Amino acid sequence: MNIVVCIKQVPDTKGGVKFNPDGTLDRAAMLAIMNPDDKAGLEAALRIKDEKGAKVTVLTMGLPKAEEVLREALAMGADEAILVTDRVLGGADTWATSTTIAGALRNIDYDLIITGRQAIDGDTAQVGPQIAEHLGLPVISYAEAIKVEGDSVVVKRQYEDRFHELKAKMPCLVTALSELNEPRYMTPGGVFDAFDKEITVWGRADLKDVDDSNLGLKGSPTKIAKASDKVAKGAGEKVTLDPAEAVEYLIGKFKEKHII
Amino acid sequence: MDFLLDKKHEMARSLFREFAENEVAPLAQEVDETEVFPQGTVDKMAKYGFMGIPVPKEYGGQGCDPLTYVMCVEELSKVCGTTGVIVSAHTSLCIDPILTYGTEEQKQKYVAPLAKGEKLGAFALTEPGAGTDAQGAQTKAVLDGDEWVLNGSKCFITNGKVADVYIVIAITSITEDKRGRKKKNFSAFIVDKDAPGFTFGTKEKKMGIRGSSTYELIFEDCRIPKENLLGVEGKGFPIAMHTLDGGRIGIAAQALGIAEGALEKTIAYTKERKQFGRAISAQQNTQFKLADMAARIEAAQLLVYKAAMAKATQKVYSVEAAKAKLFAAETAMAVTTECVQLFGGYGYIREYDVERMMRDAKITEIYEGTSEVQRMVISGALLR
Repeated sequence: MNIVVCIKQVPDTKGGVKFNPDGTLDRAAMLAIMNPDDKAGLEAALRIKDEKGAKVTVLTMGLPKAEEVLREALAMGADEAILVTDRVLGGADTWATSTTIAGALRNIDYDLIITGRQAIDGDTAQVGPQIAEHLGLPVISYAEAIKVEGDSVVVKRQYEDRFHELKAKMPCLVTALSELNEPRYMTPGGVFDAFDKEITVWGRADLKDVDDSNLGLKGSPTKIAKASDKVAKGAGEKVTLDPAEAVEYLIGKFKEKHII
Repeated sequence: MDFLLDKKHEMARSLFREFAENEVAPLAQEVDETEVFPQGTVDKMAKYGFMGIPVPKEYGGQGCDPLTYVMCVEELSKVCGTTGVIVSAHTSLCIDPILTYGTEEQKQKYVAPLAKGEKLGAFALTEPGAGTDAQGAQTKAVLDGDEWVLNGSKCFITNGKVADVYIVIAITSITEDKRGRKKKNFSAFIVDKDAPGFTFGTKEKKMGIRGSSTYELIFEDCRIPKENLLGVEGKGFPIAMHTLDGGRIGIAAQALGIAEGALEKTIAYTKERKQFGRAISAQQNTQFKLADMAARIEAAQLLVYKAAMAKATQKVYSVEAAKAKLFAAETAMAVTTECVQLFGGYGYIREYDVERMMRDAKITEIYEGTSEVQRMVISGALLR
């Protein structure tokens, strides 16, 4: 079984977000990490590998520096790593990114593609489903549990107040939530092995069946007008009431705001 | 000459730091307070290969170098000195001598499960009457048929009682030199925990590293197989000394980590703590103390890493190890004492980590050769 996990190197937003004067993210000033949803997706793939045996390939699109997250994935137990990097791919929005990644995936044998639900830098949750669309694959998003049964995957899909259990025949694509699991640590020996492995590097020329007009900044229909950090919420209103009064109070407020 | 770590070692360090912060730091206070050996942490470290970092893969290890191992002990000790010494004693004092002096059978039988963390290791040289003067030891081993019979006791043994495999140094003969002076000849043995006649005495109540299990070992007609002799009969003393050279690098890394951990806590605290209307970090007294500590810690780190590199590339590294341990241990003690001072009254309260770190630091000046012993080793080489 061949599993491809698409991962992304993102700035660690734990220490706060830093911006360039032009409003874009100052990635150099922030620590770079493997996107948490992607890491959970990788862990899910590695668990399938541990239980049933599988070849796990990790793929990322990014700057040459993104090699770091590929090495980390190898040190956790992935078998192969592919870096898609090229100047002409820079400035890509979700459309151009998914086009690029689909172009790379057309070169690989896969039964299951796992992506993270969304990256903590862009927060769009679009790239995974778009890749599936480009490749004509079924997609199950928001996975909080993934199980392989024969030639199918059974996925628990999270909703706000419920979950769906869906079964899809492979090949298919699943987008993973960070709540899916607790990713394993690397091992020291795994780190050493990861640096002995070759990382496959692909550029524009290696992308299959893609048109230049769909790549990079020029191929990106999305234009970012302005980006900003989260605005701190106001202090709100604090009330201390016994449970019965609290219910009355809340219902009153909901009615006032036309919520109910 | 290059003082920058390569990417591989940087990534290994980030692994150790992440593990230490997530898995070890939350338990550090409790481990100290309750004096309970952190078995759960050891199990997790075993799962991720931390118990056999510098051991070749063919013996179940991770196949990394001494520098990687040293960084692991350093990062663990930043948050918990107890956890640091468990790994150090196990790796440097038990696995290393078997790897260096053991037969192929001994390596297969003992190193593989130790490196995988399925078993824990310890080393027993010190006796009630023989500390720095290790020649004063009394424990004896006599060959009886196919078995060695051990009698005597060892004290202050790290990982005592929790360990499964013990390297024990014992007298196997006494010879006279030309002038008629008696000389004890030592040998090294591998003793399994379940060997008949091997029991444990009292558990020591210590000032620091309180979760580390420190026990007295008692051998009463303890019988072990003949093949558990480690190395050549009568050559146990050089084996013990060489083993301690490696162990000192581990303890130097522990001391370094404790100092770094205390400084990190103190930098954060001095930015928050306000006196006379401003953070105490705005006071030049604080700034200069922090600067002195940072410079001293970096010097210690360079000595420790140099010693680790020497272990990887040289047959003899006694002097490098002694310098690293001497300087790192004294740095740990000086830095933690200063950190407690900067914390003021809060630094004396057990709720704050620096109090524990100061108590943990003291032992690094004592065990695996006191600072005085390190000075003897260094000056001995200078005046040879």
